[in-house]
Amino acid sequence: MPGKLKAKIVAGRHLPVMDRASDLTDAFVEVKFGNTTFKTDVCHKSLNPQWNSEWFKFEVDDEDLQDEPLQVTVLDHDTYSANDAIGKVYIDIDPLLCSEAASVISGWFPIYDTIHGIRGEINVLVKVELFNDLNRFRQSSCGVKFFCTASIPRCYRAVLVHGFVEELVVNEDPEYQWIDRIRTPRASNEARQRLISLMSGELQRKIGLKVLEMGGNAVVGYLQCFDLEGESGLVVRAIGTACTLDKLSSGSAPNTNTHMSPLAHGCRSTHNSPVHSACSSQRLSQNFSVSVPTLIFTGMGSGGSVGKEAGPLKTLLRQQTQTALEQRKEAYCPFSHLQEFPFFTLTSFPLGFLVHVGGVVSARSVKLLDRIHNPGECSTLSCFADEPETRDAWWEEIRQEIKSHAKALGCHAVVGYSESTSICEEVCILSASGTAAILNPRYMREGCLDIGITDHRLLRFKHGLNCPVVADTRWCLLSSRFEEPSPPSCGFCHIPYDELNMPFPAQLTYCYLCRRQKVPDVLFTTINLPAEAAVTGKGCLIQARLCRLKKKAQGEVNATAISNLLPFMEYELHTQLMNKLKLRSMNALFGLHIQISVGENMLLGLASATGVYLTALPPPGGIQIAGKTPGDLSAEHHILTIQKRINDTIAKNKELYEINPPELTEEVLGSPVPDSRQRSRLFRSHSESSDEVSELDLSHGKKDAFVLEIDDTDAVEDIHSLLTDAPTPTGFYSCNTEIMPGIYNWTSGVQMFTSVRVFRLSNANLTNQGLNKIFTDLCENLLKSFYFKLRSMIPCCLCQLNFTVAVPEEELIQVTVTAVAMTFDKDQNQEKTADKPPTEEQLQFPLELCADPSSANCQPASKVSAASVDYGSFADRCSTWLELLRLKAHTIRRGSVKTISSLERSSPLPEGRSRSLRSNRSFGGISVTVVKMTPLSFLPGTRIIKYLGIINMFFIRETTSLREEGGVSGFLHTFIAEVFSMVRAHVAALGGNAVVSYSMKECMLMENPNKNQAQCLINVSGDAVICVRETDQEPTPSTASIGQTCTSATDEAT
Amino acid sequence: MTMELDVFVGNTTIMDEEVYQLWLDGYTVNDAVRVRMDGGVMEECEASADVLLSDTMDQYRTFQMCERLLHSPSKLGNQLLFQIPPHRQAMLIERYYTFDDGFVREVLGKKLSKGTKKDLDDIGAKTGVTLKSCRRQFDNFKRVFKVVEELKGPLVENIHHHFLLSDKLARDYAAIVFFANNRFETGKRKLQYLTFQDFAFCAGQLISNWTVGAVDNMVEDMDVDLDKEFLQDLKELKVLINDKDLLDQHKSLVCTALRGKTNNLNEMETNFKNLSRGLVNIAAKLTNAKDVRDLFIDLVEKFIEPCRSDRWTSADVRLYLTHYNNSVHLLDTFKHQVVWNRYMDVVKSSINILHVRLDESEGLSCFMEKKKSQRWGR
Repeated sequence: MPGKLKAKIVAGRHLPVMDRASDLTDAFVEVKFGNTTFKTDVCHKSLNPQWNSEWFKFEVDDEDLQDEPLQVTVLDHDTYSANDAIGKVYIDIDPLLCSEAASVISGWFPIYDTIHGIRGEINVLVKVELFNDLNRFRQSSCGVKFFCTASIPRCYRAVLVHGFVEELVVNEDPEYQWIDRIRTPRASNEARQRLISLMSGELQRKIGLKVLEMGGNAVVGYLQCFDLEGESGLVVRAIGTACTLDKLSSGSAPNTNTHMSPLAHGCRSTHNSPVHSACSSQRLSQNFSVSVPTLIFTGMGSGGSVGKEAGPLKTLLRQQTQTALEQRKEAYCPFSHLQEFPFFTLTSFPLGFLVHVGGVVSARSVKLLDRIHNPGECSTLSCFADEPETRDAWWEEIRQEIKSHAKALGCHAVVGYSESTSICEEVCILSASGTAAILNPRYMREGCLDIGITDHRLLRFKHGLNCPVVADTRWCLLSSRFEEPSPPSCGFCHIPYDELNMPFPAQLTYCYLCRRQKVPDVLFTTINLPAEAAVTGKGCLIQARLCRLKKKAQGEVNATAISNLLPFMEYELHTQLMNKLKLRSMNALFGLHIQISVGENMLLGLASATGVYLTALPPPGGIQIAGKTPGDLSAEHHILTIQKRINDTIAKNKELYEINPPELTEEVLGSPVPDSRQRSRLFRSHSESSDEVSELDLSHGKKDAFVLEIDDTDAVEDIHSLLTDAPTPTGFYSCNTEIMPGIYNWTSGVQMFTSVRVFRLSNANLTNQGLNKIFTDLCENLLKSFYFKLRSMIPCCLCQLNFTVAVPEEELIQVTVTAVAMTFDKDQNQEKTADKPPTEEQLQFPLELCADPSSANCQPASKVSAASVDYGSFADRCSTWLELLRLKAHTIRRGSVKTISSLERSSPLPEGRSRSLRSNRSFGGISVTVVKMTPLSFLPGTRIIKYLGIINMFFIRETTSLREEGGVSGFLHTFIAEVFSMVRAHVAALGGNAVVSYSMKECMLMENPNKNQAQCLINVSGDAVICVRETDQEPTPSTASIGQTCTSATDEAT
Repeated sequence: MTMELDVFVGNTTIMDEEVYQLWLDGYTVNDAVRVRMDGGVMEECEASADVLLSDTMDQYRTFQMCERLLHSPSKLGNQLLFQIPPHRQAMLIERYYTFDDGFVREVLGKKLSKGTKKDLDDIGAKTGVTLKSCRRQFDNFKRVFKVVEELKGPLVENIHHHFLLSDKLARDYAAIVFFANNRFETGKRKLQYLTFQDFAFCAGQLISNWTVGAVDNMVEDMDVDLDKEFLQDLKELKVLINDKDLLDQHKSLVCTALRGKTNNLNEMETNFKNLSRGLVNIAAKLTNAKDVRDLFIDLVEKFIEPCRSDRWTSADVRLYLTHYNNSVHLLDTFKHQVVWNRYMDVVKSSINILHVRLDESEGLSCFMEKKKSQRWGR
């Protein structure tokens, strides 16, 4: 009996009227955990009942604690008929199991009903007493910390990165059980919610066990997804990166902090200081490399693996890989992180972690889903014991492929790794992608304190070569170069592969920064831009969008059709990306995410990335238009005009993104530098032969021109679409990475939002072109809408723009976007100079600030005042509001602000004032904590002082009165708002004031307007944190959160 | 090809004040889009009509979802569904409860019943307020009325506390509630020149002098209903006109005091008995609910109109009333000084404001007339 769970039901409020006669409710509460249920007394005739129950105690195994949620059901007592359910609250108690996270859950939770939505709130208190468990063979993994954040969480340092962990569990979907025919939709929805909650818990526990086995204590970049495979079941799968993390206490010595947690240092600097000043005193020895390999590898995995049974060849392959794996395990163990897949779900890294980046590697595979053979027979997980095996094998296959791609790129690891699926009926596309990279092995091993000693490192690195996974002749070459110091601002761009033995054709030049090592002409990656990278100008969001019609088909025919289409799609997406990149005069893509979504009669492809100009890479060549029929005057004239438009656009973009790289001459470089008009030739893929496509790759790149041939109307269309991407309005920037390259001085305005659009194609005879246009417009209009809605936040940047496309039904296209708008200070100059001082100097700053050098020189006065000028109208409003408060507050103390007097207006509020703020927010005196949400791993202007645990919630909402709820838009609008509020409530109950790394994994909408019905499933996740204003000395969470809201200009974006 | 669904939800609820106002004013989405387009939002940020439409729909939806909460504003503060910064919550509430002066003038003093609600379309047509907006305003009145009707304690504070309105708006609502409860007649032609604010001022006076709460603030319904006992006591004032000696004494005292201070002394002297009789009769009749309703019309007919016909200035009226009131204190045989004061405080200030307004409105029309005649003359 290793744990005691205690729950207390305090009160309810705003309950719905359940008794029409009296307009009141006789409410009571059932508290259930596992199979134990307690009930409170009935609180008669009240919409705001006070139960003040005793402590309900559950004595449970910690295994159950991890798997099960606490289930709180509010009911209306009925003497004569059955009690009516008002709604439920599921409370995940996982955060309480970790000593470092929350210690108590206490607060108001929305009472949620899958049919009626939120119906009032309930105040619940939950505590857990854990007994020490010495059983070594335990099934639980309490204490392993989980983070959605795909970097080393701030306020921790990575002692060791163990590597990839994955797990999946499978169950029958309650929606498809026979019993579903006789139970109410509510019961069915609740069964589903509960099951997924259970499965998530189990999955997390299992992954935790793996982490413990590896010797780690945390999982970062935890990515959990579920696949609703319909009748074939429900898969919940997760991947993550196992680490050993050390908590940084704010009181510890600053020097160790800066050295031992390079990430905290480096990442901060990304948003507070210009990149070039981010080079710390640490010198990194690195080697060079390069690549643009997306295309070559993509699609490789899509062809063969169709069908329920893998063909003999596949089987063979699998056997081989398996034996290889086994051998490897036997052969080499110490490097636990390399035991199977050297994959890392991280997208940002500690300084020096990333040595070289090869390029994007991806693999896709089309599968047919099996049916569950014995439906309804049992619903326990064990029943499907053989199921996970199949799914595991599928993923294993894909991962092997990714690994071999990485290897071909001369890389021993894959970073920024992610997996996804797209399911339509019985067809499922599995995709995985990542960035091939070479990592600095010192982070993989214990005791990375002695970073100064090169010998050690080298030794260790060579040691690493023994590992079969990385055994390759190239490594020798690599390690010999290892001692050569190369600046961190360009090191990661240098090619990791052998120049003479390139895995694919690419144009290499000497690095434009250090001029010693080779770099490719273009670099694609799935990771965030390293903080230390040297960038010219600003970045921007680049999207490639594509629709492809396909015939409706069943079974294997369908799967084959899809897998035949995939390579074409990947190729076209790649071409679009390339063209758009050139059009913006940029040479690298970060955060590349290619999603291919399958529908009954079409495939949708959406590639999003953030384009930047890496100073280390050569300037991109222009785009040249060539006609196929020379001599035709009108055509040539046409081409000339297009060419002119393209050239104009490029020039305009250069100005817009402030791209004006220093001119380099050939003499300086001492090697043939391709001239700036350098051309790489790229053919459009009109050929239908897949052979040609796979062979196409970039081999033409070796020749010189980047020529777009206009050989048919398609091409003209494409060029037009290339040019029709509307530029972002002035004052706006957008990117899909954490932060915008080229913007450093974020202010505290943060607005996270989710937007969903569903487009109905009414025209049955659509062409690919027509579809493309519609799809492109859909995405472009969404962006335009965002710019309009957020116009009051200008200057602002949309970060982590995450587009998800789906084809929920035939003729429907759904685009879901989650992003955060963040304000920044336009006037960057002072900031730049202010952030310049070297690290040594910063070490003399007081403790708190030292952990974070870039922020140490707290924003200069001018900056803040500038900000308030920018938001003139708001500032006024804000200040009048403050005036009001000032009047109300009895005493106004100005203690801690003194140190930064210049921050007056937007400074954190002294306690006295903020308290009054708090009461003000709640009018009635009951407080509602402000909870900020962001998909990023940080909140600008704040410091995360504590991670409270992972938030992973799954909700179903259904309605049978769609019209009455404002149609499908009204329905979804309410539901999303409800989901947000439930996330906020849970975070607040944990004592937090923000959610970082928030993401909406799933937003699945099914509608039937004719029946007046709709159903929606949403899955969200993130990390609950306590953050304080960066300038606060003695932080108390609530104060900080409130202070923020009041001062952050754009929070209340109109 | 249509947009089946289009939503945008921010963690902090995004609300545009301009759109909110359009929504409150009862514009349809399409009309609102048109207004916004004319307002030039589009040029401001390179938006298209589609974008504007989508944004307006989103906002309208948000407001509709919020409306339920706005009905009990204290809920807005501790609800969890929308994260709205406090000052914006205050803005939402204040604007939601703000009403059109033209509209409220039409329903002031009417029973807030279904019957009145049926007439809203006429009122809307008359005042140029959309029916939707009329309904909102009417429902607001009714809602506030219902909540505070049964509450103890000062009316304004109750409204302020339950509806979180600004002091000014709470006072206005107090006036509306008070007028609706006592059904004061305000719609007669003779009262048309008065604005809502004039009545609101009078209501303030009435609430703070004539209600139960004015003397004892721990009684139920104290601020909404007039003090019955006091109204009963008012009958005693009749002695001022019925007792000939007293009346003459009063008159001579007033005239002595007025001597040399006004040019209209003669008229005041001749009219004294008439005016005094008018005022005291009004007081004496207030035990009848019907006469309470006609309070303002009586004041106009019995006092203001005679003054007008004698061309008293507002200063004259003020002066006269001051001395008319004060002189009573010098009447040794008159025993009802307290009741008198309580009565006259309200009457004095009410007549003052009614007269000043009349002066202004007629002054204005005089001025217009003068201009007109000038033009004709030429």
